[in-house]
Amino acid sequence: MMQPKPATVLSIRGLTTTFPGPRGDIVIVDDVSLDVARGETLAVVGESGSGKTMTFHSALGLVPSPGRVVAGEVLLDGADLLRLPPHELRQRRGADIAIVFQDPLTALNPVFTIGDQIGEVLRAHTRLSRSSARKRAIETLERVHIPDPHRRVDDFPHQFSGGMRQRALIAMAIALEPKVLIADEPTTALDVTVQAQVLELLADLKRDTGMGLVLITHDLGVVARYADRLAVMYAGRVMEQGTADRVFETPRHPYTLSLFRSIPHLDTPAGTDLTPIEGLPPNPALLPTGCAFEPRCFHGGGREDCRSGRPALTPTDVPEHAARCWHWTELASERRPS
Amino acid sequence: MTGNEQPPAPDEPLLSVANVSKIFSGGRSLLGRQRSAVRAVDGVSLELRAGETLGLVGETGSGKSTLGRLVLRLVEPTSGRITFAGEDLTAKSMAEVRRLRGSIQMVFQDPYGSLDPRMSVGALIAEPMIVHGAPRADIPRRVSEIMGLVGLDARLAHRYPHQFSGGQRQRIGIARAMALSPKLLVLDEPVSALDVSIQAQILNLLRDIQQRTGMAYLFIAHDLAVVRHVSNRVAVMYLGRIVETGPRDKLYGAPRHPYTISLLSAVPLASPALERTRSRIPVYGEISSGTAVPSGCRFHPRCFRARLVAGAGKVPTVASGDGIIPAVCAQQDPKLEGPTSEHLSACHFGPEHDGRIATLQPAGERA
Repeated sequence: MMQPKPATVLSIRGLTTTFPGPRGDIVIVDDVSLDVARGETLAVVGESGSGKTMTFHSALGLVPSPGRVVAGEVLLDGADLLRLPPHELRQRRGADIAIVFQDPLTALNPVFTIGDQIGEVLRAHTRLSRSSARKRAIETLERVHIPDPHRRVDDFPHQFSGGMRQRALIAMAIALEPKVLIADEPTTALDVTVQAQVLELLADLKRDTGMGLVLITHDLGVVARYADRLAVMYAGRVMEQGTADRVFETPRHPYTLSLFRSIPHLDTPAGTDLTPIEGLPPNPALLPTGCAFEPRCFHGGGREDCRSGRPALTPTDVPEHAARCWHWTELASERRPS
Repeated sequence: MTGNEQPPAPDEPLLSVANVSKIFSGGRSLLGRQRSAVRAVDGVSLELRAGETLGLVGETGSGKSTLGRLVLRLVEPTSGRITFAGEDLTAKSMAEVRRLRGSIQMVFQDPYGSLDPRMSVGALIAEPMIVHGAPRADIPRRVSEIMGLVGLDARLAHRYPHQFSGGQRQRIGIARAMALSPKLLVLDEPVSALDVSIQAQILNLLRDIQQRTGMAYLFIAHDLAVVRHVSNRVAVMYLGRIVETGPRDKLYGAPRHPYTISLLSAVPLASPALERTRSRIPVYGEISSGTAVPSGCRFHPRCFRARLVAGAGKVPTVASGDGIIPAVCAQQDPKLEGPTSEHLSACHFGPEHDGRIATLQPAGERA
């Protein structure tokens, strides 16, 4: 496990979240540890149900009932968010750590203007007057490149295009200059040209403010373009993590390698065979005793140690890198297609 | 297109769409105001041969899904002609079209929403056969044959859609579309709702089915890498028009239309090393709406090439939005024409004007 570096602003340690099931608790987030440094972009990659969103909802105290965070700590500048009284947590959330949700239309209130909604965030956390909150709202809209912000501040969400709504949500999230911004699939609902605009905006804001940025995504292209470091999640566990360059160049977990091989790439010869990952994403209530990926694994699948023993996230031969696989050494000879 | 009453010659296209438009009239709003009409598809022509896959890409509002529905006449064209296997679909009555639907079938994005939850998988696959009057005695055998073809265990025929995963449900959707052995499948975003690890299973399945049956695919998707993977030829749509079309490798290898170039540049590649050295091409703003199609070339408000050509100062220019563009771009609708008869692009200027692209503002500066 990596030690938190001095510049670490968010440090999640051993975070575990469960939901009650008919046959005991179901573990949705399983002993997850992640660090985000100032000015760094951490991408968290996984398929639906991998626990990537629930990890950060857990970290921010947003787990829906009857789910429960049962272990771990979430250190934001040294203070554990999980141990704060509710009103203090609410203050930190928004002010110091903010989240941008996937679907801008449902995250915005349709009956209030954009300016009112940004103003509300500001006034909940500061002593700003109504008129200075409005002024700040206009400035914030300008920072996210909403054209003509003086006029658009009085628009309702339905008067904004999809890309502009996502910018408005980002404006709400950065209005208080948080130290960490969590963007949960921020561009999945957007067209590719608009996606590029929104991601460039997030990258610029990160560079200008030095905030830590967490990008939750399933898009490996987005990870390659924007992430400094990367964590791959599967069945609530971190399967592999390291710098984005290393994980793409020398993956040491069969799941990561399988993901690369299962998607068509624009930079490989057209028609290159895809290798699907056999089987289905795991049911969290029925996880195997050993490695969660074992039933679908091309590599170790069927071996006794994979089936019976649960591998830990261990450092590999690659610098600043760890993988949760008994047999990662054998992957050193496997390559991603190129 | 002439001679549509004769049977098709071997090299004649299976599907031919000629100058087809669809204008959704606005009607009146609740308060009685006239709503503006939407030009969803505006004078589109394309051809598709047996056994071939034509990929149709474009963003939301490009009209690609409407075009797919026009081919099945699920949507009535406002004008133009659609010919399938030598027969003029647009001249036929709905009853005749319904009979022909056995030969043209559709696979939808959301496999769950397109399957009746009260019907078992076997009944779902048998339904189109019963509707089209297949001999009853043959149906059970044919159902298990098709289930095998799409990789579903025929012993699960009595189960219901909710008992299957998303990927399996898309297999059921494909099986249903194949029940009548169609010649053409219109696939509308068939993998975009599926998890990454499942997409490849469905893409490989579609490839195997095409190799076995020789079906033609009209493959509609927004994912450029997926379209490149499956297509022989590709057409790029923007605001109801095809702006570029060509053989797959030509279009991806040497794109000509500034919109295609912008799209390809916007897709991040899954390689940090390549991403570091890649130049970014700006796309200004967002797609306009079909109710207010820009004058002249409909891409001009977002076009980098128009700004470059205007900046070089050799043509008459006009101000447009926040930029200066050649007057011709704001005034004249460019024709879809080629360097070759196969590779066509609708732009007044060629890619030779793109040399100074690095001098432009990066994307995301203006919404």
